[in-house]
Amino acid sequence: MNALASRRRHPAAILLLLLLGLVATDGLYSLLAPKPAQAATATADDVNAGKMLFLANCATCHGQNAEGGKDGPSLAGVGAAAVDFQVGTGRMPLAGPGVQAAASKKIKFTDAQIASLAAYVASLSPGPAIPDDQYTKGDGNIAHGNELFKVNCAMCHNFAGSGGALTRGKYAPSLRNVTGTHIYEAMISGPQSMPVFNDANLSPTDKNDIISYLHELDKNKNPGGMNLGNLGPVSEGMFIWVFGLGLMVGAAVWLGAKAA
Amino acid sequence: MEPTGADGVDPGAALGLDRGHTEGEGGMPERFANPGLPPHVSRSADLGEHAARRAERQVAALFGISMVATVIFLVAYFAIDLDTYRFIPGIGQANLSNIVLGVTLGLSLLCIGLGAVHWAKTLMPDIEITEARHPQRSSDDARAEAVETIMAGGDASQLARRPLIKYTLGGALGLFALPLGLQLAGSLGPLPQAALSTTFWRKGMRLVRDPELTPIKASDVTIGSVFHVMPEGIDKSHDVLEEKGKAAVLLMRLNPDDIKIAKERDWGHDGIVAYSKICTHVGCPVGLYEQQTHHLLCPCHQSTFDVTEDCKVIFGPAHRPLPQLKITVDAEGYLVADSAFREAVGPSFWERG
Repeated sequence: MNALASRRRHPAAILLLLLLGLVATDGLYSLLAPKPAQAATATADDVNAGKMLFLANCATCHGQNAEGGKDGPSLAGVGAAAVDFQVGTGRMPLAGPGVQAAASKKIKFTDAQIASLAAYVASLSPGPAIPDDQYTKGDGNIAHGNELFKVNCAMCHNFAGSGGALTRGKYAPSLRNVTGTHIYEAMISGPQSMPVFNDANLSPTDKNDIISYLHELDKNKNPGGMNLGNLGPVSEGMFIWVFGLGLMVGAAVWLGAKAA
Repeated sequence: MEPTGADGVDPGAALGLDRGHTEGEGGMPERFANPGLPPHVSRSADLGEHAARRAERQVAALFGISMVATVIFLVAYFAIDLDTYRFIPGIGQANLSNIVLGVTLGLSLLCIGLGAVHWAKTLMPDIEITEARHPQRSSDDARAEAVETIMAGGDASQLARRPLIKYTLGGALGLFALPLGLQLAGSLGPLPQAALSTTFWRKGMRLVRDPELTPIKASDVTIGSVFHVMPEGIDKSHDVLEEKGKAAVLLMRLNPDDIKIAKERDWGHDGIVAYSKICTHVGCPVGLYEQQTHHLLCPCHQSTFDVTEDCKVIFGPAHRPLPQLKITVDAEGYLVADSAFREAVGPSFWERG
């Protein structure tokens, strides 16, 4: 909230307050209309509301016309999908400078505000739209999704979607309990270090299969408990080296010690 | 135990830090005296019946815990529903039946062991015993008799009188060693010949997606994309897994202006470049492509390759850049290999030029 608080005297703040009222009255419409429809049928009001939000919250880094600056990249061609992903997962507005933006539980905008922002950025230049619900439900072929995941995603995001390290402090985040829409948007927009997986590489059906696989992983129960982060041999080996060998050494010492 | 040290201190007694060093006389003694066993130290259970009773109760308690755990196991086996999940502190959400059965079975076996060890350590006798070693040599009579028996057997077999048998037996036994050695050498297999230096890639082969094996149009590869690629027809090769292990290729599209090496741009197509996915260090698949920095990271040992500089190694244990696959487009707009790999992919080997 610091970013917001420090800008409360910004000239756009009054406009923003007015807009919040407008957006609130518009909220019912936003709730009824599914997100994908908005990308295609964004009204001029949405775009204007989005522009105001953008000027108040994003323009400092991304520039008055989203042309980019030294603190943030240009948003030309990123499309509504990138906005919905970055803002909807709490990565933007950036909490602070760092190697990469981290997902946050604190989403700074309402769904309606995110939709307006997305409509505004999408109106600047064409880019990937927010995906249709039918491809993000996760009702696809889980086995096929697993196969695609292993080839295309697992080397960074780990076989169980637990995430992993990249170079110089960057990392691939965990994919556990991420919504289908956000997974889909990450694939088409290629946020931060992640490459783009466009619809020619992985078709929308393929993407739905991958989402289905990840949602199946979320549902997977863990009979043994203590999954050690699902990181594979590193964390498991570390555990048994420390605790297993520690117990063995303790037992050997006890066996060799003379009774009192 | 009788002799005392050079400074007149009993060697069995503890020495002060300032008295540990004794001046030697510069010679070895005639023989080292047997220091014997240290004096026996009695345990508290040996000295008092009270302590012995307590040890007895402890052992019995351990065996008792084992019995209780076994009974709980038997009950839990039937009583706990297999689909019950509970939060268990330190373990998290887990299957209750698994946890209870495992813990009780482990506890019952562990307590039997702990009880037995505690019993042996506190109550069973622990007096040190010395057992002298006996001479091993047989008596002279027995040795002479053994020699006589062997010589008589040799004479009876007529081996010395009939050299034909002696030499043919020697030949037969000696020759029999050859098949054993031959199998050992033969099982090392044929030499790999060109298999280490070549891959399935040939000029004109289409680049296909892994795992679907569908061809890729150059226009499908947008900037920032990464495709995991196999050569067309790899599924029909003689040894699919081995060929896939060598032929895996990563296809990326960069802004052509970001590419710093002219050869890399020439071997690609409009910013689309294809590199072997097999790390030149020990052959892990290098798949972690960061589309902003254009760094390619190997997950095994953190070798990092810079895709803008012809996959030069910028960090980690790899020594050679990743080999580039020269690509072009065919008449239908699909990406094809313009040549096989020009160098061996993967880690170094002895005969690699």
